[in-house]
Amino acid sequence: MKFVRWLADMDRRIIFVVIAVAVVIPLLFPLGMRVKVTPQTQAVYDEVENLPAGSNVLVAFDYDPTAMPEVHPMALAFLHHCFQKKHKVIIMALWPQGAQLAVSAMAEMNQDFDLEYGRDYVNLGYKPAGAIVIKSLGTSFAEVFPKDMAGRSTATLPLMEDVSNLYDVDLVMDLSAGVPGITEWVLIANALFQTRIAAGCTAVSAPQFFPYLQTGQLIGMLGGLKGAAEYETMTAYAGKASRRMDSQSVAHVVIIAFILFANISYFILRKKREEGSGRPTTRPPTSA
Amino acid sequence: MRREIPMIVAFVAGVILILEFFVPTLRDVASEIQKWYLVVVAFAILVGAFSLLRMNYMKVRGRRVDWPYSIVLIVGLFAMTIVGIGWGIEQGTVFNWLFTYLIIPMQATMFALLAFFVASAAYRAFRARTVDATLLLVAAVVVMLGQVPIGSIWVPSWWPDSLVFLTPDWLKDRIMNIFNTAGQRAILIGASLGVVSTSLRILLGIERSYLGEE
Repeated sequence: MKFVRWLADMDRRIIFVVIAVAVVIPLLFPLGMRVKVTPQTQAVYDEVENLPAGSNVLVAFDYDPTAMPEVHPMALAFLHHCFQKKHKVIIMALWPQGAQLAVSAMAEMNQDFDLEYGRDYVNLGYKPAGAIVIKSLGTSFAEVFPKDMAGRSTATLPLMEDVSNLYDVDLVMDLSAGVPGITEWVLIANALFQTRIAAGCTAVSAPQFFPYLQTGQLIGMLGGLKGAAEYETMTAYAGKASRRMDSQSVAHVVIIAFILFANISYFILRKKREEGSGRPTTRPPTSA
Repeated sequence: MRREIPMIVAFVAGVILILEFFVPTLRDVASEIQKWYLVVVAFAILVGAFSLLRMNYMKVRGRRVDWPYSIVLIVGLFAMTIVGIGWGIEQGTVFNWLFTYLIIPMQATMFALLAFFVASAAYRAFRARTVDATLLLVAAVVVMLGQVPIGSIWVPSWWPDSLVFLTPDWLKDRIMNIFNTAGQRAILIGASLGVVSTSLRILLGIERSYLGEE
């Protein structure tokens, strides 16, 4: 009974240590578990595959470093796929730090491909105002982004000569960690300008976009680290998501085990309490 | 007039942007209003930065609680602004170096702590006390298993198709695509109706909290 009480009142530092071990060990010694591709990820992949070479793909970096472990791997895998298929990539951000993360992503892409700025890709930088920026892009890119991130006139960039407004964009990939993000792109770009939208987001926010997937307003979605790992698997891109999935797998199993232990101890103590042979020791839910 | 002018601006701009959907001739005016909005938002960021600076300066001057953190904020704000404007923000610049090696690790660390708190909170709060809590618990465990590769590797290749409904993958897909989607759609419709109603209240001057009123 002492053990059951200890289990019910387990010091949270023990939980922290076990979680840390569960995350670190698989990172050091990968298990190499295979990721099963979901239809949502397959749809994004197929869309990029089926676009003719030279298509204009807009990638919106609507996230910040807090979401980077989940969303950045999908940005890298997606960009890699686009450049493999010789698509033109227009980068922009509705989040202030997104444009800088795009700089870091493009630095990695430049190691794998011989890319020329202005011809193969452009980084238009960050623009505040969320939904209104998207709506204004439906009229004119040049008016919203007269200059790119480095201060060059967008009118002088060869890639932008063919891109007047959102109607000239063949696919938007919104990599999002919140608002403004996927909802704004779907409600404005897709609903008003019929732009095809794909998305990548954190696992915790993915469930809210399932209605858009069912209606076809989103053509596909990469959900969390698993979505990134799936995309890496499909594109054979050696990114970090696949390796991190091992950690996430083990961490999930450990959390489930913790929940199981907590419930076993809860029921044993409750039974004892009902029998009147022991005092309840389970505490009401407290802060984390 | 401090109250009336913003209300008139909100009414005129809002009505034009709504009518633009139905009256194509208003598109140019609406486009112009959107451009103004972009400019106003850019200035709002400046006002926000100034307000942040002022608040933290007052905190340092008054030696209020945690004032040393305010010094870090002020130094950081000026440092990033100066190196960004002075030497640019592209790859290889000081700004990019500071962003990559200071801001990214610090923010990622803060978010990474969430894993520990989620585990601890799940341990303490996820108890099957009631039928509702049990349903939530079972759904959470199934989705957690179905969301990672380990949830499907225990299913052997000879697993009969007739028993596929017992695998975490299958169950997770049903929970996400049916129950979750139905719930999310209901929330979405409810929230959208709320947005329409609040927007109308703002346009008609009934809702004035954006003017600083209670």
